[in-house]
Amino acid sequence: MQKYSVFSLIKNAFSNHQNWEVAWKDPTPKSEYDVVIIGGGGHGLATAYYLAKEHNIRNVAIIEKGWIGGGNVGRNTTIIRSNFMYDANARFNEFGMDLWRNLSQELNFNVMFSPRGIINLAHSDAQMNAYARRGNSMRLNGIDAKLLDRDEVKKLIPMADFSDEVRFPIFGGLMQPSAGTARHDAVAWGYARQADDMGVDIIQHCEVTGFDVVNGKIKGIRTSRGDIKAKKVGLCVAGSTNILAEKLNMTLPIETHVLQACVSEPVKPLLDGVVTFGAGHFYISQSDKGEMVMGGDLDGYNSYAQRGNLPTIQHVLTGGLALFPFLSRLKMLRTWGGIMDMSMDGSPIIDKTHIEGLYLNCGWCYGGFKSTPVSGWTFAHTIAQDQVHELNSELRLNRFSTGHLLDEKGLGTKTWIG
Amino acid sequence: MLYIKCPYCGLRAQKEFSYGGDATVKRPNINEEVSSEDWDNFVYMRKSPRGKHVELWQHIAGCRQWIKVQRDTATHEIFQTAKVTEEIR
Repeated sequence: MQKYSVFSLIKNAFSNHQNWEVAWKDPTPKSEYDVVIIGGGGHGLATAYYLAKEHNIRNVAIIEKGWIGGGNVGRNTTIIRSNFMYDANARFNEFGMDLWRNLSQELNFNVMFSPRGIINLAHSDAQMNAYARRGNSMRLNGIDAKLLDRDEVKKLIPMADFSDEVRFPIFGGLMQPSAGTARHDAVAWGYARQADDMGVDIIQHCEVTGFDVVNGKIKGIRTSRGDIKAKKVGLCVAGSTNILAEKLNMTLPIETHVLQACVSEPVKPLLDGVVTFGAGHFYISQSDKGEMVMGGDLDGYNSYAQRGNLPTIQHVLTGGLALFPFLSRLKMLRTWGGIMDMSMDGSPIIDKTHIEGLYLNCGWCYGGFKSTPVSGWTFAHTIAQDQVHELNSELRLNRFSTGHLLDEKGLGTKTWIG
Repeated sequence: MLYIKCPYCGLRAQKEFSYGGDATVKRPNINEEVSSEDWDNFVYMRKSPRGKHVELWQHIAGCRQWIKVQRDTATHEIFQTAKVTEEIR
């Protein structure tokens, strides 16, 4: 594989960039694979990469209905963090932070990981107490957390509304300085390029239409491009999880909802890190291009539409304006939607299933992007070893029946409220 | 914007309503032995189909009644609405 570097860039400049190798091939599906991963998003591509790299399983195919990186990995707001309170979530995502820190070098692809910090704002004493507790939990798990008072927040985001008339005054906030953002497309492309180089077949525009299950054991899948035999099959399909589960006669603790995000026109740098509003559901960061990247609530009803409605955008941005009045002067550049696999406790599922050789990776709610590397890493382990890794030992499907929920936000089973 | 026809008030904007989830989920009967599996299915398991979905909405900024809505989850088209006591076919 051609290595990407400043020298290869200069070299290719002389031939007007016409002679770059293709980053990944477009193979015809073989009739049989050791492992088939369904879903060519970030998690599926990362899983295939770690299967090949960590477990030397290279006879692997990724089956993607559309094109790689066309789903949620290309639609998220690129935030990476590990500011979780529960041990299982904190350990899992902090392991992921370590993978992020070295990802550009490892993939030889600049994913532009930028640890610029995230601030969760508090607007009451009770919220400050809750953040102090969460911060302490994080620090006990080795994650950096800093409780900021009002003045410290003001130094970091002076453009927020600190006036006396404001309805929800800023009391302070909880900061994770090592959190940040990355270029989401590059993550998908970087994993795809390396996986392809190690022998993984990336098969795009190929829809899974059914499964071959004989005596409780997976034998293969049926697709729009023919039947493919497989010893093991991993599901990594986020918002389409319920559709495939139905073909397997499985019912899951998952509902699919649409989440919208939006960006403003680009402006000069003014917001360094990620900021979340604590009195409504609104978060914001500024991209390297200068656009303000914003998001918030789900539209609030079951949907597979990958697009939402205006009332939700208005509602989210009302919160945004309460926090940052300057946003009223910006034009909106575009809005879009993605479909979220909302689990009933807000935490993901990476597990085996009752069908031998079938593995499940779902329930990412709207927080899947930050976990892309660690999700792929643990899912690859679960598939290769046929057992869960310590890191995903609490992210199991049966936690709903045993009562070991990871309800980080304590919202109950009304997934659309989250 | 969705427009939902409340069976009591007529056609109103989505902003007047609040969502209540899958209307086909049935609570296990009271005063009967309920297995753990039945409780799991009731509390956590959802079909979440792509296509026609019968769901509960509350006309919270109107008559405050709970209603049933049959809606397409892929196109957001609304086919039918009914009172909660009525069946949607």
